[in-house]
Amino acid sequence: MTEPAAPAREEAPGTEPSQHYPFGKIFSEALEANNVTVTVLALVAATVLGGILCAFTNPVVLHAPGAGAMIARAWDVASGTYVALFEGSVVNPHTLAALFQQASIPTAIHDGFLSAVFGPLSETAVAATPLILAGLAVALPYRAGLFNIGGQSQFIGGAIMAAWLGYAVNLPVFVHVVVCVLGGFAGGAVTGWVVGEVKARTGAHEVIVTIMLNYVMQYLLAYLLSSASLLQAPGSPNPITPPIASDAHLPLLAGSNLRINAGFLIALACAFGVWWLLNRTTTGFEFRAVGANPNASRVAGMNVERSWALAMLIGGGLAGLAGAAVIGGTDFTLNPQSYGTYGIDAITVALLGRGSPGGVVAAGLLFGALHAGSPGMQDVTGTPVQIVQVLQALIVLFVAAPPLIRTLFRLRATRAAARGAGTSGAAMSKGWNA
Amino acid sequence: MTTSTGPASGSAASGSAAPASPKLPALLPPGSSGAGWGGRFAAPVTFAVFGLADIALFGIHARGTATFAFNQEFAKATVPNLALPAAATCYACGALTLVLAALRLLIVLGWPATVATAVGRRGWRRLLLGLVLFCFVVALLAWSDGGQAIAFNVVDLLSGTFSDSIPLMLGALTGVICSRTGVINIAIEGQLLLGAFCAAIATSVTGSLWLGLVCGALAGSLVATLLAVFAIAYAVDQIVLGVVLNTLVLGLTGYLYNAIMIPFGNTLNNPATFTPVKIPLLGDIPIIGPVFFDATVFLYITYVALAGVHIGLFRTRWGLRTRAVGEHPVAADTVGIGVLAMRYRNVIASGLIAGIGGAYFTIGSVGSFGINMSSGEGYIALAAMIFGRYTPVGAVLAALLFGFTTQLQSILSSINVPIQSNLLLLAPYVVTIVVVAGLVGKVRGPRAEGVPYVKS
Repeated sequence: MTEPAAPAREEAPGTEPSQHYPFGKIFSEALEANNVTVTVLALVAATVLGGILCAFTNPVVLHAPGAGAMIARAWDVASGTYVALFEGSVVNPHTLAALFQQASIPTAIHDGFLSAVFGPLSETAVAATPLILAGLAVALPYRAGLFNIGGQSQFIGGAIMAAWLGYAVNLPVFVHVVVCVLGGFAGGAVTGWVVGEVKARTGAHEVIVTIMLNYVMQYLLAYLLSSASLLQAPGSPNPITPPIASDAHLPLLAGSNLRINAGFLIALACAFGVWWLLNRTTTGFEFRAVGANPNASRVAGMNVERSWALAMLIGGGLAGLAGAAVIGGTDFTLNPQSYGTYGIDAITVALLGRGSPGGVVAAGLLFGALHAGSPGMQDVTGTPVQIVQVLQALIVLFVAAPPLIRTLFRLRATRAAARGAGTSGAAMSKGWNA
Repeated sequence: MTTSTGPASGSAASGSAAPASPKLPALLPPGSSGAGWGGRFAAPVTFAVFGLADIALFGIHARGTATFAFNQEFAKATVPNLALPAAATCYACGALTLVLAALRLLIVLGWPATVATAVGRRGWRRLLLGLVLFCFVVALLAWSDGGQAIAFNVVDLLSGTFSDSIPLMLGALTGVICSRTGVINIAIEGQLLLGAFCAAIATSVTGSLWLGLVCGALAGSLVATLLAVFAIAYAVDQIVLGVVLNTLVLGLTGYLYNAIMIPFGNTLNNPATFTPVKIPLLGDIPIIGPVFFDATVFLYITYVALAGVHIGLFRTRWGLRTRAVGEHPVAADTVGIGVLAMRYRNVIASGLIAGIGGAYFTIGSVGSFGINMSSGEGYIALAAMIFGRYTPVGAVLAALLFGFTTQLQSILSSINVPIQSNLLLLAPYVVTIVVVAGLVGKVRGPRAEGVPYVKS
């Protein structure tokens, strides 16, 4: 009763049989509520709801004369919002047109037209970097049966280490940035390991411990930043660290006009690493076994407590890397708000990615695009940036409830779900005490 | 908080019959017994650490005389101020704590047998823990006020604690009902926030505080309805669901705040607030009166809610059924209790309580809505619920403990005590981790909490 989850957890990229599908079969499976279809339709449903929300809170729409004008204006507002989001995160046609008016490619590059075209994509990658890393920090422990709400605390742990190593230590050019990144991993790993160890030794629920640690690290950061003898920049009245040395900046990937940096490559490498760990190593197998059924794993001779502590250690380290990527890639200093909403965003990324590394990368890019596009959207259409948070939550809510999507779009249940007595949503469920 | 009401004892009775718990004691490694660090010596050691902290942290640095005041302005009956030598007070508290640690050690060792069994009961152990914390606070206050010209007003501290803890207490009560009925409610945060938002709008628009209160309650219930539908009908993982609902409400209220509340601030975000109501006679009693009986209607609602939930859960048929559904839904279903209906009803109804708690933020204290106004108090309410071992009284006491530390911090920083306010704010969270991990050990929730019920 407590573990209907086992079959769904075993799905992972690379393990699906590569049979030849005739087109008709593909089409018929697309009409079933399988993972891909549900995800796509969840995006559609969330987009529609988000559009309705931003249209019918807009004063222009609300003051329209008559129903017809109202609907027309609502369409304008909603589509304008999404177009602005797209232009801010993928490509803006105006910059593209400007590029094609240039005489030659070298002048276009020299005058910055090419980087203007790729600016939105670069921003998406920059925004996606911490989301992917922090998303992995939720996804990996999730596979070991732990729900890591502590992304924020681990992010802070990593950011503190990366910032301190960045400005306080003098090291050769290449070594310095590597040390900062590794320091970020270590800072987050320690913060995460505490949670796993406490759970392993005392049985304290990791959700409570991570929530508490979020506050602990938040106030610890504020304390460190407001103490001149610790992290606060000398002579600064504000709670902020000195800027990190230029050696400690993550190298830019596409010239000085674009912010895309090596942090994005680190995120992709980590995603691959997590996939490899989960699917190609004994440790990863133990993680998945412990996540599926800790009692059975214990009986089979696995060290459940060690798996918990290790999963939280690695997961925490990944969240710490997210902190290091933000400090070393874009912010270059640490302030009391550096952690933003990455802790919560990471959870939505991991859930949309269904806990698989490939899915986390895709989800991180999607939400990164939303984040990258939202400031421009607010400038152009006046729609507040919080619409992004609403969209994120709606998408995950729909993804988490396949039966709802099935009902909304009148899809058939997958054969597996039909066998499971119509509870395919329960694939993600497990009790508080499990 | 009688021992018979704890979920641990309840499930212990049904534990042998529960088929879903194939524990294999022989195969368990020693570390997994849930006893905590250092096993059974964790509690005495922690007590001793507190005692040494009283002496070394506060006693050595304490200066002069600490004065405690127990009156509010214009009080009819007054109590004289209490002046204590600061250092001696700290040393006395430390010594008493060390004695308690020794007593706790005796209980652990089971010697002498008669005393250990008499004092070793759960109620006594909690009393000891309470005394240790009390000594710690007294030592902290004596140290902080020692040498200061102004007397430390204890009544202000306590009454502030009670009013500031209202959202925590109501949120924790909501959590208790949901957990006992078998649904984890991580969405308390969202319920508080939407309650605050809707109460502000409704009061601003209609001008009626009571209508605002009702709308706040309904808003909490709306989030609870979403929780119930997704958790019960669609069997979504309830931890995931709670976090997502919190994000949704945070985004939605933040969006609407920017989209409509800022442009129309005077008409949509300008609510009146409830004024304190003093209960005749009771409100004039020194110390007790201003703390318990001179507050906004929210505190009185909290009393009613606490009594209602406690009596309801442990003294009525509804409560018995609720607990049955949360512990062993299959058995409950077998005897004819509608598990799903019970869960729907309880979760949705309990949302009303958290909604009222949220309304306190806007129409009880501050007077206008702000983005992320609940600032994580829903999560703290959740911790308070677990800290309080899933009992209404325990959850409310734990919520008061959190509220107390926050209130203490704000008062201490206002009288320029040389303590880093961030470290003081951090302390309750560290203490929670230590207590949840070390002293309390494994808190047993209701057996079926968070497990969707599917009729087979």
